[in-house]
Amino acid sequence: MPSDNKSSTSKMPAWIAKILAMPNESVQKTLFVALTMCLVCSVMVASATVLLRPYQAINKALDRKKNILDAAGLWQADKRVDELFKRVETRVVDLASGEYTNAVDPATYDEREAVKNPALSQKVPADQDIALIKRKPKYVTVYLVKEGDKVKTIVLPVQGYGLWSTMYGFLALENDANTIAGLKFYEQAETPGLGGEVGNPNWQALWKGKQVYDEKWQPHIKVIKGTVDPSKPEAKYQVDGIAGSTLTSRGVMNLIRYWLSEQGFGPYLTRLRTQRG
Amino acid sequence: MDSESKKVLVEPLIDNNPITLQVLGICSALAVTSKLSTAITMCIALTVVTAFSNAAVSLVRNHLPTNIRIIAQMTIIASLVIVVDQFLRAFAFGISKELSVFVGLIITNCIVLGRTEAYALKNPPWPSFLDGIGNGLGYSAILISLGTVRELFGSGTLLGIEILPLIKNGGWYNPAGIMLLPPSAFFLIGFIIWGVRSWRTAQMEKREYQVHQVHRTEVM
Repeated sequence: MPSDNKSSTSKMPAWIAKILAMPNESVQKTLFVALTMCLVCSVMVASATVLLRPYQAINKALDRKKNILDAAGLWQADKRVDELFKRVETRVVDLASGEYTNAVDPATYDEREAVKNPALSQKVPADQDIALIKRKPKYVTVYLVKEGDKVKTIVLPVQGYGLWSTMYGFLALENDANTIAGLKFYEQAETPGLGGEVGNPNWQALWKGKQVYDEKWQPHIKVIKGTVDPSKPEAKYQVDGIAGSTLTSRGVMNLIRYWLSEQGFGPYLTRLRTQRG
Repeated sequence: MDSESKKVLVEPLIDNNPITLQVLGICSALAVTSKLSTAITMCIALTVVTAFSNAAVSLVRNHLPTNIRIIAQMTIIASLVIVVDQFLRAFAFGISKELSVFVGLIITNCIVLGRTEAYALKNPPWPSFLDGIGNGLGYSAILISLGTVRELFGSGTLLGIEILPLIKNGGWYNPAGIMLLPPSAFFLIGFIIWGVRSWRTAQMEKREYQVHQVHRTEVM
């Protein structure tokens, strides 16, 4: 064996030197090398993760803000996200009453974490669970885009099950709480090229300007097969389905209907409408 | 720099290129080269991982039991890849999202394990480190050429800046969509290998067998 490790062995504790002097194929040495290597590697990986976590958290928060702005149609590639986000007010809504609440801090509250906490979420009965979310949070953060003092756009977080995955997105409504201003999915794992097209900006753009509610204020928005005929009166409630992904398209329709129903943001949106008069 | 270090650094660029001669690492070469920016990030990530895993494996080479050799090398490589991935997520979030699984797949990139097996196990740390850099650069040379050609002709841009004015923006260039699809990288790699082997004829492989020329008199 080459001897370029000889000089350093003299400074080591005797037992390490003894193990290192053993033949490489011996059981003790194999175990020793394997364990030491695992230990060194795990310390390296763990410290990198811990040290870099604050930077990653900043990126994640920025990405979330970017997606919110994108859903509201405010995102500009050449402007800083924080600068654009100044127009956005973050509030927490109590889903059941539709009132704003101070029960949790909007800056740190995360409804995706809250769903895992029994104190902050509740089970959705199977017959109501059209979006297949299983549990819904009690409180949800909403983002109000302001123009001066007036609310221009309301951005609501939505999620629901498609074919394979839970799709997470933001739905932006005009201040009439009925017309869709934008829809954006930022996390989904549907079939690439088919259901994965829910992430395609061209498809997401089809939602803009559509009406969610019918005259009785029931969610009426529908994803149809084929292309919407703009001459029909129903067209304002209809969006083209994605070819080859019926289940994903239906999942999107169901999740929007669920979140805008009485189970979801219904009470909150009703309150906004009555306030506007 | 002495001639040996220069050799391990320069040789993988053309004469012993990991992609065109060793034909390793093709998978990621197809997947991440539709845009130049992702190709460059991938090159940096792979070069860093190859260099440091070579150096680390070389450090422990005299104490590495043969029967756990491969798994021990994989442990080192995997740890380095996770560290690189964490760095990308912290400092190049957008690009790390685009590269998605391919950073993690550096672990199984044949170039990395190929170099630790073929070089680092038999050589001291510093030359091994240089060998890693050299092979990373060889990989980078091909990836960056592919990324340049594919982005330029596929989207008319380079690093997102429009070079060939597109028809949809009022220019004259109609982008070749096939360039953005993975098969185009196969064709391009094929052309590069063809080009390199016609230039450096030493790289041409001998025919494995010769078709026997039948003479007419033999048949009769």
